[in-house]
Amino acid sequence: MTSTVVIDKAAPTRPVKLRSMSRDRTWALRWSYFFLTLFAVFALVPPLYMVITSLKTSAEISAATNPWWVYHPTLSNYVELLTSNQFLTFFRNSALVSIFVVTITMLISVPAAFALARMRFWGSATLATGVFLTYLIPETLLFLPLFKMFVAFGDLTGIQLINKWYVLLVIYPTLTVPFCTWIMIGYFASIPKELDEAAIIDGASWFQTLTRIFIPVALPGLIAATIFAFTVSWAQFLYPLVFTTSTDQLVLPVGIVTTLIKGDVFAWGQIMTGALLGAAPPLIIYAFLMDYYIAGLTAGATKG
Amino acid sequence: MADVTLRKVVKKYDDVEAVRGIDLDIADHEFVVLVGPSGCGKSTTLRMIAGLEDITDGDIMIGGDVVNDVPPKDRDIAMVFQNYALYPHMTVAENMSFGLRLKRYPKAEIKTRIDEAARMLDIVELVDRKPKQLSGGQRQRVAMGRAIVRNPKVFLFDEPLSNLDAKLRVQMRIEIKKVHQKVRTTTVYVTHDQVEAMTLADRVVVMNHGRIEQIGTPNELYHNPATKFVASFIGSPAMNFIPCRLEESGGKLHVRITDRLAFPLPPARAARYQGVSRTDKLLLGLRPEHITEASPHPETGVENFDATLDVTEPMGMETLIYFALEGTQVCGRVNPNAGAQDGAPLRLAVDLNNMHLLNEVSGAVI
Repeated sequence: MTSTVVIDKAAPTRPVKLRSMSRDRTWALRWSYFFLTLFAVFALVPPLYMVITSLKTSAEISAATNPWWVYHPTLSNYVELLTSNQFLTFFRNSALVSIFVVTITMLISVPAAFALARMRFWGSATLATGVFLTYLIPETLLFLPLFKMFVAFGDLTGIQLINKWYVLLVIYPTLTVPFCTWIMIGYFASIPKELDEAAIIDGASWFQTLTRIFIPVALPGLIAATIFAFTVSWAQFLYPLVFTTSTDQLVLPVGIVTTLIKGDVFAWGQIMTGALLGAAPPLIIYAFLMDYYIAGLTAGATKG
Repeated sequence: MADVTLRKVVKKYDDVEAVRGIDLDIADHEFVVLVGPSGCGKSTTLRMIAGLEDITDGDIMIGGDVVNDVPPKDRDIAMVFQNYALYPHMTVAENMSFGLRLKRYPKAEIKTRIDEAARMLDIVELVDRKPKQLSGGQRQRVAMGRAIVRNPKVFLFDEPLSNLDAKLRVQMRIEIKKVHQKVRTTTVYVTHDQVEAMTLADRVVVMNHGRIEQIGTPNELYHNPATKFVASFIGSPAMNFIPCRLEESGGKLHVRITDRLAFPLPPARAARYQGVSRTDKLLLGLRPEHITEASPHPETGVENFDATLDVTEPMGMETLIYFALEGTQVCGRVNPNAGAQDGAPLRLAVDLNNMHLLNEVSGAVI
């Protein structure tokens, strides 16, 4: 066969094609920016309104001026809240509850997820599904029976847990443990089987395999689960509203609402300030661990 | 160092028998390769030796002790996996020392062993890197290093080279052989690649459908296969199987292929096949290297014949030729200067001194 030089007559059309492709891309980008801006406005206007309001005095808030502008900015709301013992108690209660709940959740759900993902035993698959189903039951359905249980528990043992902040340490894990276990099952399942087999042959026990191989390898998932548990316990409203009533036992979300609304008088400036201060810790945590959170959620999602 | 013995080992998954009663004796220092197509039970067998799979029936002995119920960590074995299974969050040195650290070896001892293994595998400059910074070949070296530092009784390799490209595979094959020559640890190696099996093994175990087809040295398997499966699995290009029957003509035993083509058998072969029924459907097994260009003065047992080539494949040092005999495609190897051309006739010679005769129904080599 003789070789021939093929002249590519189609070649000059390529730049034209490229241009049309880039035009498609430009439009796609314009649309995505349009919707991203729309959603950003939607999400950011309420906090912006909160910031504006928190910088106003009560008089200015109730005055018929432009609600989107601060004419006499003041930090008095911040000073008042941060020097009020009550607010600091709420803050402390919230912090204690969240830290303990995160710890308890991780201590339960990480070993549970490891067992369900790796130590194949009778009924482990059913149990894993069951764990997830528990998460689907809403708290609005659970708070009454739970309340009755704690009353009965108090009657039986004489240990009164209701209206103590630490009762929340028992209740919150019913929300956080199933979800975190589920995230961690997905994450552990994505770790190649050979890795634990290699560890077992190297002489590691199940516990050593978990602590020295699985936890370090699944760290992004672990951080995602931690953030989730923290956010849930920090922002939980219904359970603390039901289970705690004394002002020294309240957590931040309930505390703000119950103490800053006196009858039909709303201390709007302080409410907004309190909400902003309360939103700060999760925000700071997200900012630092965002990359891990995204990596963790997606990795867990595809292999669940 | 230890010998490994399998006695009637069976593995069932629910109702499926993956391994059906395997008997195997592996001597101390021996390099044994389990080879077979996927699903033949070779990996399961290896994992049962490792203790990663329970055995349904039979006994496995390492160094004379039955280890059926001994957990993997107490069997004193090391395993190299196909996907390396390196711990991604540890450096090379940490990966290699993980087992030793769990057993609380003294630090100095660990360091000596890592240095020694790293030198042997030529990865000294990599010990502080993480696995993701290594190439495939380097990762496989680390995985081997992790096995070597443990100084176990038995090395188990589960298709360790399958993830590497062809060139690297050849190189690592030589590395593995070198390592075995140095450490002399009893090794069981699983692969589906017959070339790997032939080049590495002291003895090859050919498996099919959960059973052992044949055990032997690479040369035994190549020259004296016991079954059609082994004959076709070992060797590349594969052995040709041409339908034929035996017939007596002119007082000599012939192997008849077509109405017009029959070859007289050399005396040794004729004596061997004398008892075979003349009506049995048989297969003539011929390796490609025993079908060559015709020589002007053929030796005893070498017979010339004419064929029209379908396709030729020049390989440089030889040319592979393909032609049809009674509807069967036959492959031969000729000298590149023999004038083989696509679609052209060529006078060929067949060496019947190296022929095999198989029963077409049972697949057994006669």
